[in-house]
Amino acid sequence: MLTEIVAHDEAALLQRWIDNQFNASGFRPDRIGRAELQENSTQFLSSFRRALNSGATDIQGADWAGVRHILDGLSSARAEQGFSPTETATFIFSLKQPLFERARALYANDPARLAEATWEISQVLDKLGLYTAEVFQRGREAVIVRQQQEMLELSTPVVTLWDGILALPLIGTLDSARTQVVMESLLQRIVDSGAAIAIIDITGVPTVDTLTAQHLLKTVAAARLMGADCIISGIRPQIAQTIVHLGVELGSVVTKATLADAFSVALHRAGLAVVQKQAARRKPPADPDRESEGNEA
Amino acid sequence: MPVLLSEEHQIRQPEDVVLVRQAVRQKAVELGFNLVDQTKLVTAASELARNTLQYGGGGTLRLESLVDGLRRGLRLTFADEGPGIADIEQAMRDGFSTAGGLGLGLSGARRLSNEFHIDSRPGEGTRISITRWR
Amino acid sequence: MERIPILKMGEYLLVTIQVDMHDRLAMTLQDDLTAKIVAARARGVLIDISALEIVDSFIGRMLADIAGMSRVLDAETVVVGMRPAVAITLVELGLSLTGVRTALNVERGMELLRRRIAGRNEDDAGSA
Repeated sequence: MLTEIVAHDEAALLQRWIDNQFNASGFRPDRIGRAELQENSTQFLSSFRRALNSGATDIQGADWAGVRHILDGLSSARAEQGFSPTETATFIFSLKQPLFERARALYANDPARLAEATWEISQVLDKLGLYTAEVFQRGREAVIVRQQQEMLELSTPVVTLWDGILALPLIGTLDSARTQVVMESLLQRIVDSGAAIAIIDITGVPTVDTLTAQHLLKTVAAARLMGADCIISGIRPQIAQTIVHLGVELGSVVTKATLADAFSVALHRAGLAVVQKQAARRKPPADPDRESEGNEA
Repeated sequence: MPVLLSEEHQIRQPEDVVLVRQAVRQKAVELGFNLVDQTKLVTAASELARNTLQYGGGGTLRLESLVDGLRRGLRLTFADEGPGIADIEQAMRDGFSTAGGLGLGLSGARRLSNEFHIDSRPGEGTRISITRWR
Repeated sequence: MERIPILKMGEYLLVTIQVDMHDRLAMTLQDDLTAKIVAARARGVLIDISALEIVDSFIGRMLADIAGMSRVLDAETVVVGMRPAVAITLVELGLSLTGVRTALNVERGMELLRRRIAGRNEDDAGSA
Protein backbone atom coordinates (compact mmCIF):
# COMPACT_ATOMS: atom_id res chain seq x y z
CA MET A 1 0.00 0.00 0.00
CA LEU A 2 2.85 2.31 0.93
CA THR A 3 4.53 1.35 -2.34
CA GLU A 4 1.52 2.60 -4.19
CA ILE A 5 1.52 5.93 -2.33
CA VAL A 6 5.19 6.59 -3.01
CA ALA A 7 5.23 5.40 -6.60
CA HIS A 8 2.32 7.65 -7.60
CA ASP A 9 3.91 10.73 -9.22
CA GLU A 10 7.26 10.50 -7.42
CA ALA A 11 8.48 13.85 -8.86
CA ALA A 12 5.58 15.79 -7.28
CA LEU A 13 6.10 14.02 -3.96
CA LEU A 14 9.79 14.92 -4.02
CA GLN A 15 9.01 18.56 -4.71
CA ARG A 16 6.47 18.71 -1.89
CA TRP A 17 8.92 17.07 0.55
CA ILE A 18 11.83 19.40 -0.33
CA ASP A 19 9.59 22.45 0.08
CA ASN A 20 8.54 21.07 3.44
CA GLN A 21 12.13 20.65 4.62
CA PHE A 22 13.07 24.04 3.31
CA ASN A 23 10.29 25.73 5.24
CA ALA A 24 10.68 23.69 8.42
CA SER A 25 11.58 25.76 11.50
CA GLY A 26 14.68 23.67 12.12
CA PHE A 27 16.09 24.15 8.64
CA ARG A 28 19.65 25.54 8.55
CA PRO A 29 20.27 27.39 5.28
CA ASP A 30 23.60 28.49 6.80
CA ARG A 31 24.82 24.90 6.98
CA ILE A 32 23.29 23.24 3.90
CA GLY A 33 22.31 24.55 0.44
CA ARG A 34 19.19 23.81 -1.58
CA ALA A 35 21.21 21.89 -4.18
CA GLU A 36 22.62 19.49 -1.59
CA LEU A 37 19.20 19.07 0.00
CA GLN A 38 17.68 18.30 -3.40
CA GLU A 39 20.34 15.71 -4.13
CA ASN A 40 19.98 14.02 -0.71
CA SER A 41 16.20 13.91 -1.04
CA THR A 42 16.18 12.58 -4.61
CA GLN A 43 18.63 9.81 -3.75
CA PHE A 44 16.75 8.85 -0.62
CA LEU A 45 13.34 8.75 -2.25
CA SER A 46 14.39 6.51 -5.13
CA SER A 47 16.22 4.20 -2.73
CA PHE A 48 13.19 4.23 -0.41
CA ARG A 49 10.87 3.26 -3.26
CA ARG A 50 13.12 0.36 -4.26
CA ALA A 51 13.26 -0.91 -0.67
CA LEU A 52 9.44 -0.71 -0.43
CA ASN A 53 9.08 -2.57 -3.72
CA SER A 54 11.06 -5.48 -2.31
CA GLY A 55 8.26 -5.99 0.21
CA ALA A 56 10.68 -6.33 3.16
CA THR A 57 9.68 -4.41 6.31
CA ASP A 58 12.79 -4.89 8.48
CA ILE A 59 14.89 -1.77 7.88
CA GLN A 60 17.96 -3.65 9.17
CA GLY A 61 17.56 -6.21 6.36
CA ALA A 62 19.55 -6.54 3.12
CA ASP A 63 16.82 -4.92 0.99
CA TRP A 64 17.13 -1.70 2.99
CA ALA A 65 20.94 -1.55 2.73
CA GLY A 66 20.73 1.20 0.11
CA VAL A 67 18.50 3.39 2.28
CA ARG A 68 20.70 2.82 5.33
CA HIS A 69 23.80 3.67 3.32
CA ILE A 70 22.32 7.02 2.29
CA LEU A 71 21.24 7.80 5.87
CA ASP A 72 24.70 6.80 7.23
CA GLY A 73 26.41 9.29 4.94
CA LEU A 74 23.84 12.02 5.59
CA SER A 75 23.86 11.67 9.40
CA SER A 76 27.64 11.59 9.80
CA ALA A 77 27.99 14.53 7.41
CA ARG A 78 25.43 16.54 9.42
CA ALA A 79 27.09 15.59 12.71
CA GLU A 80 30.33 17.02 11.33
CA GLN A 81 28.52 20.12 10.01
CA GLY A 82 27.22 20.84 13.50
CA PHE A 83 23.52 19.95 13.10
CA SER A 84 21.57 18.87 16.16
CA PRO A 85 20.08 15.34 16.30
CA THR A 86 16.57 16.84 15.93
CA GLU A 87 17.55 18.84 12.85
CA THR A 88 19.06 15.70 11.38
CA ALA A 89 16.05 13.48 12.09
CA THR A 90 13.76 16.13 10.61
CA PHE A 91 15.03 15.03 7.19
CA ILE A 92 12.99 11.84 7.60
CA PHE A 93 10.09 13.12 9.71
CA SER A 94 9.31 15.91 7.22
CA LEU A 95 8.38 13.22 4.70
CA LYS A 96 5.40 12.22 6.85
CA GLN A 97 3.21 15.17 5.97
CA PRO A 98 3.36 14.80 2.14
CA LEU A 99 2.79 11.05 2.47
CA PHE A 100 -0.22 11.54 4.76
CA GLU A 101 -1.70 14.06 2.31
CA ARG A 102 -1.40 11.51 -0.48
CA ALA A 103 -2.90 8.74 1.57
CA ARG A 104 -5.86 10.97 2.38
CA ALA A 105 -6.36 11.82 -1.30
CA LEU A 106 -6.03 8.20 -2.45
CA TYR A 107 -8.20 6.57 0.22
CA ALA A 108 -10.70 9.36 0.85
CA ASN A 109 -13.57 6.87 0.60
CA ASP A 110 -12.02 4.06 2.56
CA PRO A 111 -11.35 5.03 6.21
CA ALA A 112 -10.08 1.56 7.11
CA ARG A 113 -7.38 1.62 4.44
CA LEU A 114 -6.52 5.22 5.29
CA ALA A 115 -5.94 4.28 8.94
CA GLU A 116 -3.82 1.31 7.88
CA ALA A 117 -1.75 3.44 5.48
CA THR A 118 -1.20 6.12 8.13
CA TRP A 119 0.01 3.47 10.57
CA GLU A 120 2.35 1.95 7.99
CA ILE A 121 3.84 5.33 7.05
CA SER A 122 4.38 6.29 10.69
CA GLN A 123 5.99 3.01 11.55
CA VAL A 124 8.57 2.92 8.80
CA LEU A 125 9.44 6.63 9.01
CA ASP A 126 9.79 6.49 12.82
CA LYS A 127 12.23 3.61 12.50
CA LEU A 128 14.24 5.45 9.87
CA GLY A 129 14.22 8.68 11.90
CA LEU A 130 15.54 6.87 14.98
CA TYR A 131 18.15 5.24 12.81
CA THR A 132 19.46 8.66 11.71
CA ALA A 133 19.61 9.77 15.36
CA GLU A 134 21.64 6.70 16.26
CA VAL A 135 24.12 7.18 13.43
CA PHE A 136 24.29 10.86 14.26
CA GLN A 137 25.17 10.01 17.87
CA ARG A 138 27.92 7.63 16.78
CA GLY A 139 29.28 10.34 14.48
CA ARG A 140 29.37 12.88 17.33
CA GLU A 141 31.09 10.40 19.63
CA ALA A 142 33.74 9.74 17.00
CA VAL A 143 34.29 13.50 16.65
CA ILE A 144 34.68 13.89 20.44
CA VAL A 145 37.11 10.99 20.77
CA ARG A 146 39.19 12.34 17.89
CA GLN A 147 39.25 15.85 19.36
CA GLN A 148 40.25 14.57 22.81
CA GLN A 149 43.10 12.65 21.23
CA GLU A 150 44.20 15.69 19.24
CA MET A 151 44.08 17.94 22.30
CA LEU A 152 46.18 15.55 24.35
CA GLU A 153 48.75 15.36 21.58
CA LEU A 154 48.66 19.12 21.15
CA SER A 155 49.15 19.78 24.83
CA THR A 156 52.51 18.09 25.27
CA PRO A 157 54.80 18.41 22.29
CA VAL A 158 58.30 17.98 23.74
CA VAL A 159 60.78 18.50 20.91
CA THR A 160 64.50 17.86 20.64
CA LEU A 161 66.33 21.00 19.48
CA TRP A 162 69.77 19.46 19.62
CA ASP A 163 71.44 16.47 21.17
CA GLY A 164 70.95 17.07 24.89
CA ILE A 165 68.64 20.10 24.48
CA LEU A 166 64.86 19.74 24.75
CA ALA A 167 62.17 22.35 24.16
CA LEU A 168 58.56 22.47 25.35
CA PRO A 169 56.60 25.09 23.38
CA LEU A 170 53.51 25.72 25.51
CA ILE A 171 50.37 26.94 23.72
CA GLY A 172 47.12 27.97 25.37
CA THR A 173 45.99 28.41 28.94
CA LEU A 174 47.79 26.41 31.60
CA ASP A 175 45.38 25.00 34.16
CA SER A 176 46.47 22.66 36.95
CA ALA A 177 45.42 19.43 35.25
CA ARG A 178 47.15 20.31 32.00
CA THR A 179 50.28 21.57 33.72
CA GLN A 180 50.64 18.26 35.54
CA VAL A 181 50.46 16.33 32.24
CA VAL A 182 52.91 18.73 30.59
CA MET A 183 55.27 18.63 33.57
CA GLU A 184 55.31 14.84 33.75
CA SER A 185 55.87 14.44 30.05
CA LEU A 186 58.77 16.91 30.04
CA LEU A 187 60.46 15.28 33.04
CA GLN A 188 59.99 11.81 31.56
CA ARG A 189 61.52 12.97 28.27
CA ILE A 190 64.47 14.37 30.22
CA VAL A 191 65.08 10.92 31.75
CA ASP A 192 64.57 9.08 28.45
CA SER A 193 66.81 11.35 26.39
CA GLY A 194 69.38 12.21 29.05
CA ALA A 195 69.03 15.88 28.05
CA ALA A 196 70.55 18.13 30.69
CA ILE A 197 68.90 21.33 29.39
CA ALA A 198 65.21 21.97 28.73
CA ILE A 199 63.70 25.18 27.36
CA ILE A 200 60.10 25.94 28.36
CA ASP A 201 58.76 28.44 25.82
CA ILE A 202 55.64 30.35 26.89
CA THR A 203 55.23 32.53 23.77
CA GLY A 204 51.84 30.87 23.15
CA VAL A 205 50.54 31.24 26.71
CA PRO A 206 48.04 34.14 26.72
CA THR A 207 48.23 35.09 30.39
CA VAL A 208 50.32 34.15 33.36
CA ASP A 209 48.69 34.31 36.79
CA THR A 210 50.22 33.43 40.14
CA LEU A 211 49.14 29.81 39.85
CA THR A 212 50.61 29.38 36.37
CA ALA A 213 53.86 30.99 37.47
CA GLN A 214 54.02 28.64 40.45
CA HIS A 215 53.42 25.62 38.21
CA LEU A 216 56.28 26.72 35.98
CA LEU A 217 58.61 27.25 38.92
CA LYS A 218 57.71 23.82 40.32
CA THR A 219 58.57 22.22 36.99
CA VAL A 220 61.93 23.98 36.99
CA ALA A 221 62.56 22.90 40.60
CA ALA A 222 61.64 19.26 39.87
CA ALA A 223 63.92 19.20 36.80
CA ARG A 224 66.75 20.58 38.92
CA LEU A 225 66.24 17.79 41.50
CA MET A 226 66.67 15.30 38.66
CA GLY A 227 69.84 17.01 37.47
CA ALA A 228 68.58 19.04 34.51
CA ASP A 229 68.45 22.81 34.00
CA CYS A 230 65.42 24.65 32.64
CA ILE A 231 65.32 27.98 30.83
CA ILE A 232 62.00 29.80 30.49
CA SER A 233 61.69 31.74 27.24
CA GLY A 234 59.10 33.64 25.26
CA ILE A 235 58.27 36.10 28.01
CA ARG A 236 56.28 38.92 26.43
CA PRO A 237 56.46 42.43 27.91
CA GLN A 238 52.98 42.30 29.49
CA ILE A 239 53.78 38.93 31.08
CA ALA A 240 56.99 40.38 32.54
CA GLN A 241 54.83 43.16 33.99
CA THR A 242 52.35 40.68 35.45
CA ILE A 243 55.10 38.60 37.02
CA VAL A 244 56.55 41.65 38.76
CA HIS A 245 53.13 43.01 39.80
CA LEU A 246 52.11 39.65 41.25
CA GLY A 247 55.34 39.55 43.21
CA VAL A 248 56.30 36.14 41.83
CA GLU A 249 59.82 35.28 42.98
CA LEU A 250 61.64 33.70 40.04
CA GLY A 251 64.75 33.11 42.13
CA SER A 252 67.63 31.65 40.18
CA VAL A 253 65.51 30.59 37.20
CA VAL A 254 67.04 31.68 33.91
CA THR A 255 64.55 33.58 31.74
CA LYS A 256 64.95 34.82 28.17
CA ALA A 257 62.75 36.96 25.93
CA THR A 258 62.88 34.64 22.92
CA LEU A 259 63.35 30.96 22.22
CA ALA A 260 66.37 31.89 20.07
CA ASP A 261 68.08 33.58 23.04
CA ALA A 262 67.37 30.57 25.24
CA PHE A 263 68.68 28.19 22.58
CA SER A 264 71.89 30.17 22.32
CA VAL A 265 72.36 29.97 26.13
CA ALA A 266 71.69 26.23 25.99
CA LEU A 267 74.22 25.72 23.19
CA HIS A 268 76.79 27.71 25.11
CA ARG A 269 76.29 25.57 28.21
CA ALA A 270 76.61 22.42 26.14
CA GLY A 271 79.95 23.78 24.87
CA LEU A 272 78.62 24.39 21.36
CA ALA A 273 78.58 27.48 19.17
CA VAL A 274 76.88 28.53 15.95
CA VAL A 275 79.32 30.05 13.45
CA GLN A 276 78.70 31.94 10.23
CA LYS A 277 79.18 29.72 7.20
CA GLN A 278 81.37 32.33 5.42
CA ALA A 279 84.29 31.50 7.67
CA ALA A 280 84.24 27.96 6.35
CA ARG A 281 83.78 29.12 2.73
CA ARG A 282 87.00 31.10 2.62
CA LYS A 283 89.10 30.69 -0.55
CA PRO A 284 90.45 27.15 -0.70
CA PRO A 285 94.26 26.70 -0.79
CA ALA A 286 95.80 27.39 -4.22
CA ASP A 287 94.50 24.97 -6.82
CA PRO A 288 96.52 25.19 -10.08
CA ASP A 289 93.68 24.05 -12.41
CA ARG A 290 91.15 26.41 -10.93
CA GLU A 291 93.70 29.22 -10.91
CA SER A 292 94.29 28.89 -14.67
CA GLU A 293 90.56 28.77 -15.41
CA GLY A 294 90.16 32.00 -13.50
CA ASN A 295 92.85 33.64 -15.52
CA GLU A 296 91.27 32.70 -18.81
CA ALA A 297 87.90 34.12 -17.83
CA MET B 1 29.96 8.53 51.18
CA PRO B 2 30.23 4.75 50.59
CA VAL B 3 33.39 3.11 51.91
CA LEU B 4 34.26 0.08 49.80
CA LEU B 5 37.03 -1.44 51.79
CA SER B 6 38.77 -0.75 55.03
CA GLU B 7 41.87 -2.18 56.69
CA GLU B 8 44.00 -1.27 59.68
CA HIS B 9 47.77 -1.24 60.29
CA GLN B 10 49.71 -0.87 63.52
CA ILE B 11 52.49 1.71 63.75
CA ARG B 12 54.75 0.70 66.66
CA GLN B 13 58.37 0.79 65.37
CA PRO B 14 60.37 2.41 62.53
CA GLU B 15 60.01 -0.70 60.33
CA ASP B 16 56.23 -0.23 60.46
CA VAL B 17 56.60 3.06 58.57
CA VAL B 18 58.08 1.06 55.66
CA LEU B 19 55.18 -1.42 55.86
CA VAL B 20 52.69 1.47 55.84
CA ARG B 21 54.35 2.87 52.69
CA GLN B 22 54.05 -0.53 51.00
CA ALA B 23 50.40 -1.00 52.04
CA VAL B 24 49.43 2.48 50.77
CA ARG B 25 51.31 1.92 47.49
CA GLN B 26 49.48 -1.35 46.93
CA LYS B 27 46.05 0.18 47.58
CA ALA B 28 46.82 3.19 45.36
CA VAL B 29 47.86 0.87 42.51
CA GLU B 30 44.69 -1.21 42.97
CA LEU B 31 42.54 1.91 42.79
CA GLY B 32 44.22 2.94 39.54
CA PHE B 33 46.02 6.09 40.70
CA ASN B 34 48.71 7.24 38.26
CA LEU B 35 52.37 7.06 39.22
CA VAL B 36 52.67 10.67 40.40
CA ASP B 37 49.52 10.44 42.55
CA GLN B 38 50.70 7.11 44.01
CA THR B 39 54.02 8.72 44.92
CA LYS B 40 52.29 11.71 46.53
CA LEU B 41 50.03 9.44 48.63
CA VAL B 42 52.88 7.18 49.75
CA THR B 43 55.05 10.18 50.65
CA ALA B 44 52.25 11.83 52.66
CA ALA B 45 51.62 8.51 54.43
CA SER B 46 55.31 8.21 55.26
CA GLU B 47 55.35 11.68 56.83
CA LEU B 48 52.22 11.08 58.90
CA ALA B 49 53.23 7.57 59.99
CA ARG B 50 56.54 8.96 61.24
CA ASN B 51 54.70 11.69 63.16
CA THR B 52 52.38 9.10 64.72
CA LEU B 53 55.43 7.16 65.88
CA GLN B 54 57.57 10.10 66.99
CA TYR B 55 55.02 12.39 68.59
CA GLY B 56 52.09 10.09 69.32
CA GLY B 57 54.15 7.21 70.70
CA GLY B 58 52.70 4.87 68.08
CA GLY B 59 49.16 4.32 66.82
CA THR B 60 47.17 3.01 63.89
CA LEU B 61 46.51 3.69 60.22
CA ARG B 62 43.13 2.98 58.69
CA LEU B 63 43.03 2.66 54.90
CA GLU B 64 39.68 3.18 53.18
CA SER B 65 38.70 2.99 49.51
CA LEU B 66 36.00 5.55 48.77
CA VAL B 67 33.42 5.90 46.01
CA ASP B 68 31.73 9.20 45.21
CA GLY B 69 29.77 8.97 41.98
CA LEU B 70 32.32 8.28 39.28
CA ARG B 71 35.23 9.26 41.53
CA ARG B 72 37.37 6.80 43.43
CA GLY B 73 39.44 7.88 46.39
CA LEU B 74 41.75 6.68 49.10
CA ARG B 75 41.43 7.94 52.67
CA LEU B 76 44.18 7.42 55.24
CA THR B 77 43.44 8.03 58.90
CA PHE B 78 46.29 8.10 61.41
CA ALA B 79 45.31 7.93 65.06
CA ASP B 80 47.34 7.93 68.24
CA GLU B 81 46.68 8.36 71.94
CA GLY B 82 49.74 10.50 72.60
CA PRO B 83 50.09 13.94 74.18
CA GLY B 84 48.16 15.67 71.37
CA ILE B 85 48.93 19.00 69.72
CA ALA B 86 48.34 22.15 71.75
CA ASP B 87 48.56 24.66 68.90
CA ILE B 88 47.43 23.08 65.65
CA GLU B 89 47.88 26.26 63.63
CA GLN B 90 51.51 26.50 64.69
CA ALA B 91 52.10 22.80 63.99
CA MET B 92 50.72 23.20 60.46
CA ARG B 93 53.23 25.91 59.60
CA ASP B 94 56.18 25.12 57.32
CA GLY B 95 59.39 24.75 59.26
CA PHE B 96 57.81 24.30 62.68
CA SER B 97 59.26 21.29 64.45
CA THR B 98 59.51 20.15 68.05
CA ALA B 99 61.76 17.17 67.30
CA GLY B 100 64.46 18.86 65.24
CA GLY B 101 62.98 17.72 61.93
CA LEU B 102 62.41 19.87 58.86
CA GLY B 103 58.90 20.68 60.02
CA LEU B 104 57.41 19.62 56.70
CA GLY B 105 55.51 16.60 57.94
CA LEU B 106 52.04 18.06 58.52
CA SER B 107 52.13 20.94 56.06
CA GLY B 108 53.74 18.74 53.39
CA ALA B 109 51.17 15.96 53.83
CA ARG B 110 48.41 18.54 53.46
CA ARG B 111 49.90 19.81 50.18
CA LEU B 112 50.17 16.24 48.88
CA SER B 113 46.49 15.42 49.46
CA ASN B 114 43.13 16.78 48.27
CA GLU B 115 41.45 16.79 51.68
CA PHE B 116 43.03 17.13 55.09
CA HIS B 117 41.43 16.93 58.55
CA ILE B 118 43.14 17.17 61.88
CA ASP B 119 41.58 16.64 65.27
CA SER B 120 43.74 16.82 68.36
CA ARG B 121 43.25 17.42 72.06
CA PRO B 122 46.07 17.84 74.54
CA GLY B 123 46.36 14.71 76.65
CA GLU B 124 43.94 12.72 74.49
CA GLY B 125 45.74 12.12 71.24
CA THR B 126 45.66 13.11 67.58
CA ARG B 127 43.66 11.95 64.58
CA ILE B 128 44.67 13.07 61.10
CA SER B 129 42.93 11.97 57.94
CA ILE B 130 43.89 12.73 54.35
CA THR B 131 42.04 11.87 51.14
CA ARG B 132 43.22 11.85 47.58
CA TRP B 133 40.80 11.50 44.67
CA ARG B 134 41.64 9.90 41.36
CA MET C 1 72.66 -5.47 61.24
CA GLU C 2 71.29 -4.39 57.87
CA ARG C 3 73.53 -1.87 56.04
CA ILE C 4 73.67 -0.06 52.71
CA PRO C 5 76.97 -0.96 50.99
CA ILE C 6 79.44 1.83 50.18
CA LEU C 7 81.85 1.14 47.27
CA LYS C 8 85.22 2.86 46.90
CA MET C 9 86.49 3.72 43.39
CA GLY C 10 89.75 5.62 43.56
CA GLU C 11 89.04 8.90 45.28
CA TYR C 12 85.25 8.43 44.92
CA LEU C 13 82.70 6.68 47.07
CA LEU C 14 79.67 5.14 45.38
CA VAL C 15 76.39 4.39 47.15
CA THR C 16 73.42 2.79 45.43
CA ILE C 17 70.28 2.83 47.54
CA GLN C 18 68.14 -0.07 46.42
CA VAL C 19 65.88 -0.74 49.38
CA ASP C 20 63.01 1.17 50.94
CA MET C 21 64.96 2.52 53.95
CA HIS C 22 63.48 2.86 57.40
CA ASP C 23 64.77 5.83 59.34
CA ARG C 24 67.35 3.95 61.41
CA LEU C 25 68.88 2.47 58.26
CA ALA C 26 69.14 5.97 56.78
CA MET C 27 70.90 7.27 59.90
CA THR C 28 73.31 4.31 59.80
CA LEU C 29 74.14 5.15 56.17
CA GLN C 30 74.86 8.77 57.12
CA ASP C 31 77.23 7.64 59.92
CA ASP C 32 78.95 5.02 57.76
CA LEU C 33 79.40 7.43 54.87
CA THR C 34 80.99 10.24 56.90
CA ALA C 35 83.32 7.73 58.59
CA LYS C 36 84.28 6.28 55.20
CA ILE C 37 84.97 9.72 53.65
CA VAL C 38 87.59 10.31 56.32
CA ALA C 39 89.00 6.77 56.32
CA ALA C 40 89.29 6.56 52.50
CA ARG C 41 90.28 10.24 52.10
CA ALA C 42 87.54 10.44 49.48
CA ARG C 43 87.13 13.61 47.38
CA GLY C 44 83.76 12.76 45.87
CA VAL C 45 80.57 10.94 46.88
CA LEU C 46 78.01 9.71 44.36
CA ILE C 47 74.61 8.60 45.66
CA ASP C 48 72.42 6.76 43.15
CA ILE C 49 68.74 6.93 44.13
CA SER C 50 67.28 5.75 40.79
CA ALA C 51 65.73 2.74 42.55
CA LEU C 52 63.96 4.84 45.18
CA GLU C 53 60.19 5.07 44.69
CA ILE C 54 59.76 7.86 47.23
CA VAL C 55 61.90 10.42 49.01
CA ASP C 56 60.15 11.90 52.02
CA SER C 57 61.34 14.76 54.21
CA PHE C 58 63.45 12.42 56.34
CA ILE C 59 65.39 10.92 53.41
CA GLY C 60 65.55 14.39 51.85
CA ARG C 61 67.12 15.78 54.99
CA MET C 62 69.55 12.87 55.10
CA LEU C 63 70.69 13.65 51.54
CA ALA C 64 71.10 17.36 52.34
CA ASP C 65 72.98 16.54 55.57
CA ILE C 66 75.34 14.12 53.80
CA ALA C 67 76.10 16.83 51.20
CA GLY C 68 76.77 19.37 53.94
CA MET C 69 78.90 17.05 56.05
CA SER C 70 80.96 15.84 53.12
CA ARG C 71 81.62 19.46 52.11
CA VAL C 72 83.04 20.08 55.58
CA LEU C 73 85.19 16.99 55.09
CA ASP C 74 86.43 18.39 51.74
CA ALA C 75 84.43 16.04 49.53
CA GLU C 76 81.79 16.83 46.87
CA THR C 77 78.44 14.99 46.84
CA VAL C 78 76.25 14.37 43.80
CA VAL C 79 72.82 12.75 44.00
CA VAL C 80 71.86 11.03 40.74
CA GLY C 81 68.85 9.36 39.11
CA MET C 82 65.90 10.88 40.93
CA ARG C 83 62.69 9.71 39.24
CA PRO C 84 60.27 12.33 37.80
CA ALA C 85 57.39 11.32 40.11
CA VAL C 86 59.71 11.56 43.12
CA ALA C 87 60.98 14.99 42.03
CA ILE C 88 57.43 16.34 41.50
CA THR C 89 56.39 15.05 44.93
CA LEU C 90 59.43 16.49 46.69
CA VAL C 91 58.73 19.93 45.21
CA GLU C 92 55.08 19.70 46.31
CA LEU C 93 56.23 18.62 49.76
CA GLY C 94 58.23 21.84 49.95
CA LEU C 95 61.74 20.41 49.78
CA SER C 96 64.13 21.82 47.18
CA LEU C 97 67.37 20.26 48.51
CA THR C 98 69.34 23.46 48.01
CA GLY C 99 73.02 22.74 48.37
CA VAL C 100 72.69 19.24 46.95
CA ARG C 101 74.20 18.76 43.48
CA THR C 102 72.22 16.54 41.15
CA ALA C 103 72.76 14.73 37.84
CA LEU C 104 70.55 12.66 35.55
CA ASN C 105 72.51 9.40 35.83
CA VAL C 106 75.70 7.84 37.22
CA GLU C 107 77.74 8.74 34.12
CA ARG C 108 76.74 12.42 34.23
CA GLY C 109 77.26 12.41 37.98
CA MET C 110 80.84 11.15 37.65
CA GLU C 111 81.56 13.82 35.00
CA LEU C 112 80.24 16.49 37.33
CA LEU C 113 82.31 15.19 40.27
CA ARG C 114 85.51 15.12 38.17
CA ARG C 115 84.91 18.70 36.99
CA ARG C 116 84.13 19.96 40.48
CA ILE C 117 87.15 18.27 42.04
CA ALA C 118 89.47 19.48 39.26
CA GLY C 119 88.16 23.00 39.84
CA ARG C 120 88.79 22.78 43.56
CA ASN C 121 92.31 21.44 43.00
CA GLU C 122 93.06 24.45 40.78
CA ASP C 123 91.67 26.83 43.39
CA ASP C 124 93.80 25.17 46.07
CA ALA C 125 96.93 25.41 43.89
CA GLY C 126 96.15 29.04 43.08
CA SER C 127 95.75 30.13 46.70
CA ALA C 128 98.82 28.19 47.85
